[in-house]
Amino acid sequence: MTPALTNFTRHRLFWPLVVLALLLLANVIYRPSFVSVELREGHLYGSLIDIVRLSAPHMLVALGMTFVIATGGIDLSVGSVVAISGAIACLHISGQGDQNGIGGVLTAVALGLGLSLLLGLWNGFLVAGIGIQPIIATLILMVAGRGLAQLITQGQIITVNSSPYKLIGAGYSLTVPFSIVIALDVTGLAAALTRRSALGMIIESVGGNAEASRLAGVRSRRIILLVYVISAFCAGIAGFMESANVSGADGNSAGLWFELDAILAVVIGGTSLSGGRFSISGTVLGALIIQTLTTTVYAMNITPQTSLLFKAIVVIAVCLIQSPQFRAAVFKRRSRPVGPTTPHEPAQPPIVEASV
Amino acid sequence: MSPPQPMLTMTGVSKQFPGVRALSEVDFRLFPGEIHALMGENGAGKSTLIKVLTGVYPIDSGAMTLDGAPVSFGSPLQAQQGGVSTVYQEVNLCPNLSVAENIFIGREPRSFGRIQWSAVRSRAKELLARLQLDIDVTAQLRSYSLAVQQMVAIARAIDISAKVLIFDEPTSSLDKGEVAQLFRVMRQLSQSGVAIGFVTHFLDQVYEISDRITVLRNGRLVGEYLTRDLPQLELVEKMIGKELDVLERLEEQTKRAPHAVDRPLIQAVELGRKGSIEPFSLTIHAGEVVGLAGLLGSGRTEVARLLFGADRSDHGDLLVDGAPAGIRSPTAAMARDIAFCSENRRTEGLVEELTVRENMILALQASRGWSRPLPRRRQDELVAKYIQALRITPADPEQAVRNLSGGNQQKVILARWLITEPRLLILDEPTRGIDVGAKAEIQRLVVELSDGGLAVLFISAELDEVLRLSHKVAVLRDRRVVSELANDSTLDADRVMQTIASGS
Repeated sequence: MTPALTNFTRHRLFWPLVVLALLLLANVIYRPSFVSVELREGHLYGSLIDIVRLSAPHMLVALGMTFVIATGGIDLSVGSVVAISGAIACLHISGQGDQNGIGGVLTAVALGLGLSLLLGLWNGFLVAGIGIQPIIATLILMVAGRGLAQLITQGQIITVNSSPYKLIGAGYSLTVPFSIVIALDVTGLAAALTRRSALGMIIESVGGNAEASRLAGVRSRRIILLVYVISAFCAGIAGFMESANVSGADGNSAGLWFELDAILAVVIGGTSLSGGRFSISGTVLGALIIQTLTTTVYAMNITPQTSLLFKAIVVIAVCLIQSPQFRAAVFKRRSRPVGPTTPHEPAQPPIVEASV
Repeated sequence: MSPPQPMLTMTGVSKQFPGVRALSEVDFRLFPGEIHALMGENGAGKSTLIKVLTGVYPIDSGAMTLDGAPVSFGSPLQAQQGGVSTVYQEVNLCPNLSVAENIFIGREPRSFGRIQWSAVRSRAKELLARLQLDIDVTAQLRSYSLAVQQMVAIARAIDISAKVLIFDEPTSSLDKGEVAQLFRVMRQLSQSGVAIGFVTHFLDQVYEISDRITVLRNGRLVGEYLTRDLPQLELVEKMIGKELDVLERLEEQTKRAPHAVDRPLIQAVELGRKGSIEPFSLTIHAGEVVGLAGLLGSGRTEVARLLFGADRSDHGDLLVDGAPAGIRSPTAAMARDIAFCSENRRTEGLVEELTVRENMILALQASRGWSRPLPRRRQDELVAKYIQALRITPADPEQAVRNLSGGNQQKVILARWLITEPRLLILDEPTRGIDVGAKAEIQRLVVELSDGGLAVLFISAELDEVLRLSHKVAVLRDRRVVSELANDSTLDADRVMQTIASGS
């Protein structure tokens, strides 16, 4: 292989890209119209557009999760935050005389975001302030948050009839679904925030070695607090999308299992669960893969009884193919001649004493 | 008597890593009943050789025989079963399991599938008794000192396989008494016919215990010598491969001129922390190097941590520029221009995943806050400057810092703090586990920096080093500062040792 090609295949997004391409290819073979995108009434339509549109809320939640995971934490409460922010926004709109009023919708959004930030602060306080393990600290809000959401909706499904609000989840802006625009904007903002400032490096250093970072003067607690706030903020926006898409808030099922999809997207994107280096583009890719998978399951008419199994198998395949050890083992079995002392590359470039 | 047959031979062993030839055509032999020291600078290939020998890495080319028969180990487990075990500097056991469990983990005596715990315990006790160690084998491993943990690792190793035993830097974290105990066990094992390989940075220890020395340099074999035929100076020359001008100049350097006392920079007044260090008073002036001497665990590190705010004091005051500074966190200490290089490079110093550049600017960036990033051009300037000044190799700022050798990692941390332009630099064991050349460079740096007005608190287990660099020496014993000695012409290692011993 040429060096350029080797570099490309060694890039950490190479295998996720391959998987996404394979999934898309499978869809095209099954149904050639899959790739067609048409302009109808000034809106783009097609399976590909659907995938991106539906992945928008997951992308946002996974984005916030990426920062949390980069510090070595985890946020299980995002699904509940999705439900809560959607519920409070819909509650406010449903109380308005004119549900189509821009002012009412903006207030609703502000309320939802404000509450999400508070919930993020709560998570961050439990983890950074009191020192509870992240999985337990956020489990509290994961469980209690469902109750809070149902409290807001009074156990009912609040339906709204507000076209400005519907725009967030199901509307179009210049032919493109508006939720995609929001998701990409927030992602771009997050990328700029972390990579143009020193936040990204500081997060990675806290996740890589918290004690060393503290002794280097990093205020780790503030950083940890911040990532939980960011995570809840992203989940809050996703909550608007979810509820706006169906024009209603269901405290019980909105955002259900979002945390698992988000964690999966982060891991598929190459960010290690043990913290340290993170990849925003990897997470975006991960979210797209998961949504493509879900769409594929529906498009191919895989029976509901087996669809979860199918998803699971693909996810396992994605994780395995990303592991250099696994690839080396498969590769070795195919090419190894007989004899125990065959020279071969170690599975992963090992750490050597650098000698120059 | 026929010449002794080697227990283990490695011939023409080569090992290539992507971009680095770690070993080329190296020969290595271990004889039964002998202690064989493997010497070389950081990056000479010692670790790689040991890892190839014990099955951690596969051999690229070359041959290995054990007891006359050709062998090749695919994993450390195979090596152990074949009779080759390793005892590492950082004990590779499970601290949360009991001593007995650690010795027998993975090969517990069983009957009908059930583990026979009584046999586990009694056999563990027997094994440790052979090492003259009488401890409660049901207690958790972590409740014992590192030295005892190492003994447990040795007990496990000799019970599994008693042909070849490799000690990789076993003494780096031990105090003098513990080293003596370890050496007694090593001698005992070698007399019983075990072939022992010994990797260390301490030249004195090599001459104290080894029978034979193999020297590596840059992945190549320099030679194999009998220890009695190889004077110490010659050994160092063979390791470095050049004349020892740097080192000799430092060795010859006379005592540092007495420090001209001006106003104190830092004063600890009856500063203390319960359970950590008794209240002590210590004054450090600008441009002054204060050495801390004492045995391992005597409270040297604890003094440093209090001064830096890594631990909070619960007694006394810390004055900076004559006024109480209220240093209760590293951030507060850094705001008063104090810097601290921890003795634990890996756990408290480096962020191994990040690059050399990121590790170097971490402290400065942290003190600026994340919202005021250091411009990339400024970062590159600073990093390039210190890579050059400290001669860090490889000189690649974007290299992950975990790929550097110990000495270079230490320099990266030094650079991290020098970049913050501190007024007091606390160095806790800055030269431990690094090679002679890097050690000399760091010592020279300390002299230069203090001449330039930097105050330095220098902590080292090596008294020679402390005496060579310090203007005054504070002696610790049992978590107490027992004495403060001016480093004048009357002070030598013996007197410091006496002070430590007598405690006054």
